[in-house]
Amino acid sequence: MAIRNLLTRKTLATSPLGMLGFRSLKTFSLPDLPYDYGALEPAISGEIMQLHHQKHHQTYITNYNKALEQLDDAMSKGDASTVVKLQSAIKFNGGGHVNHSIFWKNLAPIREGGGEPPKGSLGWAIDNNFGSLETLIQKMNAEGAALQGSGWVWLGVDKELKHLVVESTGNQDPLVTKGPSLIPLLGIDVWEHAYYLQYKNVKPDYLKNIWKVMNWKYASDVYDKECPES
Amino acid sequence: MVAIAVAGITTPLTFPLFPGFRRSSRSSQLRMSQKAGHGVITGKFELRPPPYPLDALEPHMSRSTFEYHWGKHHRAYVDNLNKQIAGTELTGKTLEDVIVATYNSGNLLPPFNNAAQVWNHDFFWESMKPGGGGKPSGEILDLINRDFGSFEEFAKEFKTAAATQFGSGWAWLVYKDKDKKLAVVQSPNAVNPLVLDQVPLLTVDVWEHAYYLDYQNRRPDYISIFMENLVSWDSVSSRLESAKAGAA
Repeated sequence: MAIRNLLTRKTLATSPLGMLGFRSLKTFSLPDLPYDYGALEPAISGEIMQLHHQKHHQTYITNYNKALEQLDDAMSKGDASTVVKLQSAIKFNGGGHVNHSIFWKNLAPIREGGGEPPKGSLGWAIDNNFGSLETLIQKMNAEGAALQGSGWVWLGVDKELKHLVVESTGNQDPLVTKGPSLIPLLGIDVWEHAYYLQYKNVKPDYLKNIWKVMNWKYASDVYDKECPES
Repeated sequence: MVAIAVAGITTPLTFPLFPGFRRSSRSSQLRMSQKAGHGVITGKFELRPPPYPLDALEPHMSRSTFEYHWGKHHRAYVDNLNKQIAGTELTGKTLEDVIVATYNSGNLLPPFNNAAQVWNHDFFWESMKPGGGGKPSGEILDLINRDFGSFEEFAKEFKTAAATQFGSGWAWLVYKDKDKKLAVVQSPNAVNPLVLDQVPLLTVDVWEHAYYLDYQNRRPDYISIFMENLVSWDSVSSRLESAKAGAA
């Protein structure tokens, strides 16, 4: 794959298009929500969903694209110090895009299965790893409540060791920053923008209510893909 | 000393200078409660109200924001700090000493977040005043011109620091004792310049809870309005005088 891209780039560079400086840089755009802004009420208000999606997520994407263009430019000039300097902007904004893209899929309106507990192999894995679903939820809520500043709480699966983990990350660090073989199944955004207009300082109430719209089906699908039954 | 230590004073203070207390315009030792008549320091920190009524900064910072920001967030930092240090050797220390001790050279101990946030929020309320903002005059302006080139350059740097602090945190104007210069710094979460051995002069809170009710995601608007309408240059000036007196 990498070799193919290199060849493509080289071809572009010498082709008429390449002479004009066109690069094969992929940029990103805001994914649609799979439901209306108000569809997760009363757990999460439509006002929050709209701001969160149209403003916060969009801003991460805008800034990520900008950073990628600057990175592409610095790389092609061999400007190593700029490449390194851009890493934090890429982690912040790229992480923001990655994390929020997962988040929208983690949630579902109640009438579309939001809140329905996991069945099948993920349900079993939760019982094996944590004792029960209630225990898992309590653990994640405790981590979410204790997180200082901005960040996320994750349920993940270690694709090498095939066990479930609960982890938190700061700012927009994706789960993979806690372990290269960790795959996110569910993430809870505990940045204040995710709940403040509705829950104010009472983060624990947000954490209690979000489970009512949790899309366990998505989590199960990801889990089954990483840990297929033999 | 006893008169000033009584909690609940809401009259605007004119910040009398206490030689030696160079890091805060109100001595952190005054924050310990004293049981009336017994003069016993109980070692519990108290929630101090802002030096103006909760609606005094409307429409730039709403009463509603103060009810949550001061009434819930700041109060919780105070209550949780007291719970955390009860029965430990941190009781009886000044707030600033607790902050430095729990900063632990960057290896943060659990009470750090609460201790620093108690201090940060006191400092933040005192960094603002009704009818504030705009351009200062006198020595602080001279130093700003000297160290930033112009007031406009300082304002730009301060606003950029506040806007680009990723996640939760603060932006500061500080006085660096070592080289006797002003500087703008930013810090994440609860970290503040005390632990970097710099003298804070001004701060703006850029945790989302500070501006979300009034500005939602529009942090740059919040910061601009803070600069234009809220900054208490009186506080900044007296903190600077204190810093220079303490350094002498």
